[in-house]
Amino acid sequence: MSKRNWKLITLPFNKENPITVQILGICSCLAVTAQLKPALVMAMSVTVVVALANVIISLLRKTIPPRIRIIVQLVVVSMLVVLVDQVLKAYMYDVSKQLSVFVGLIITNCIVMGRLEAFAMVQKPWPSLLDGLGNGLGYSVILIVLGFVRELFGSGTLWGYPIMEKLGLYEIGYENNGLMIMPPMALILVGLIIWWHRSRNKDLCEQ
Amino acid sequence: MIKKLRQLADRMKPTFSEGGKLWWLHSTFDAFETFAFVPNTVTRQGSHIRDAVDMKRCMITVVIALMPALLFGMWNIGYQHYSATGEAMTLWSCFLFGAVRMLPMIVVSYLVGLTIEFAFAQIRHHEVNEGFLATGLLIPMIVPVTTPLWQVALAVAFAVIIAKEAFGGTGMNFLNPALVARAFLFFAYPTRMSGDKVWTAGDWWGTDAIAGATPLGEMMGGSARPTASLADMIIGTVGGSTCETSLIAIAIGAVILLVSGIASWRIMTGVIVGGGLMGIVFNLIGANEYMQLPFYYHYVMGGFMFGAVFMATDPVTAAQTNIGKWIYGLLIGLFAVLLRVVNPAYPEGMMLSILLMNCFAPLIDHCVVAVNISRRRRRGKEVRR
Repeated sequence: MSKRNWKLITLPFNKENPITVQILGICSCLAVTAQLKPALVMAMSVTVVVALANVIISLLRKTIPPRIRIIVQLVVVSMLVVLVDQVLKAYMYDVSKQLSVFVGLIITNCIVMGRLEAFAMVQKPWPSLLDGLGNGLGYSVILIVLGFVRELFGSGTLWGYPIMEKLGLYEIGYENNGLMIMPPMALILVGLIIWWHRSRNKDLCEQ
Repeated sequence: MIKKLRQLADRMKPTFSEGGKLWWLHSTFDAFETFAFVPNTVTRQGSHIRDAVDMKRCMITVVIALMPALLFGMWNIGYQHYSATGEAMTLWSCFLFGAVRMLPMIVVSYLVGLTIEFAFAQIRHHEVNEGFLATGLLIPMIVPVTTPLWQVALAVAFAVIIAKEAFGGTGMNFLNPALVARAFLFFAYPTRMSGDKVWTAGDWWGTDAIAGATPLGEMMGGSARPTASLADMIIGTVGGSTCETSLIAIAIGAVILLVSGIASWRIMTGVIVGGGLMGIVFNLIGANEYMQLPFYYHYVMGGFMFGAVFMATDPVTAAQTNIGKWIYGLLIGLFAVLLRVVNPAYPEGMMLSILLMNCFAPLIDHCVVAVNISRRRRRGKEVRR
């Protein structure tokens, strides 16, 4: 893989992270990360949708009339989201119920439209695939971190396993933090991640 | 004594000055030196002296104003405990019991908060500010007595980091840190912050509680009047957050704050008038028993007065313009009573209404200033004509 293509995958993990730097896809990242499992499923769904939509749009990019490009992108994304939704309903029904409308709302996820507009419309399919994967995975990392922290401290479990109980913490007076389950705390946690990220990369800070 | 202290500070100074061995600790040294002595730095550019009292003296005055409420609160913790258990009590046994419950919370609050403040001051190379002296005392004063110490520590850390340091430290926060700490506890550990089983301490240590309702809790439960008499609620011998119950002790603090000019009388009056107005409106509607409760009961129940005197008047988070202060105060009182009477989820509305108006204070100021500018511009045009 060339150096340029490799960057398409690695940059979204760091200086072009869709959530912490571009501040996109915040809505879903607050809504589905109360537990690790739905967070992971959501992250995978978005990654698949971004990557495939990027490839399809990139293949069609020369035939799409510029004036109706948004609606064409929407049709492609919708199709993929419906497919993902059906797969989830078929194989992971409980998670699909937990995620409820948020799978459908991937259509409106700014990361998807952003990558299609900014990248897939002007790049070849292979870089587009890598770019989609990179951005989807960059989004996934944040979701998984949030899901991990929120489930661990909010419900005292991890992937449904009662880890805090097994550690015997409740007996010495520990209590679950109810704020962690609420979306506002996810926003605060994202803020803390952004804070940490920017303190390590001074060039990201606005003047 | 003072002379010795001065000599000691002078002797230590070079070590902490730029280039010295302990320069990285300079803001810590600076904090302690200016705590004891008024700093000798002077304003070099256009000076804007308004008062000889700097922030440290200002914060100490707030701490002094809090003392009556704190001392009464300590006594009341013991009084509530002994009344519930039916044991014999004296003034001193009540006070001792309360002090044993209260002091660890204060120590934890100061320890955690000041550690974080000092750490941030060192990292950011600015001086340590004493804003936390008041905040750190306020936090244990507005939580239930049975709050576990580790939760106090967590709430203090959350408030100092998220509400204060994330926005740039003392003077830059737009939310009152003490209330943020309480809000954190309120939403994170709701069973510890409301209900009947948190307000009376069960024993000397630990988090055991004896069932005992607060006036606000009773009203939420649907009674027509609180069981405690009006006089009891004014004196403060009722259940509630540790130091919020006594109107008299809070009034002494209010006098100290008003005489020294640290708190704004406009905000205090605004809150009281606003709460009263809303209470009267509810009296006139009178749709249920809570609405029929005479409006002045709202002043004596719960933390209304404590919030009005010590929380709403926080100079950093309140509105700055004089008209803005009136609007800000009125709306706090109004929303507090509205939340109490209408919202079924929260027995007390003071915390949320102050935090809400904290968010709106800059907007209020902006509007007041903008209106003033346009009024004067219009007047200028008329004169020119």
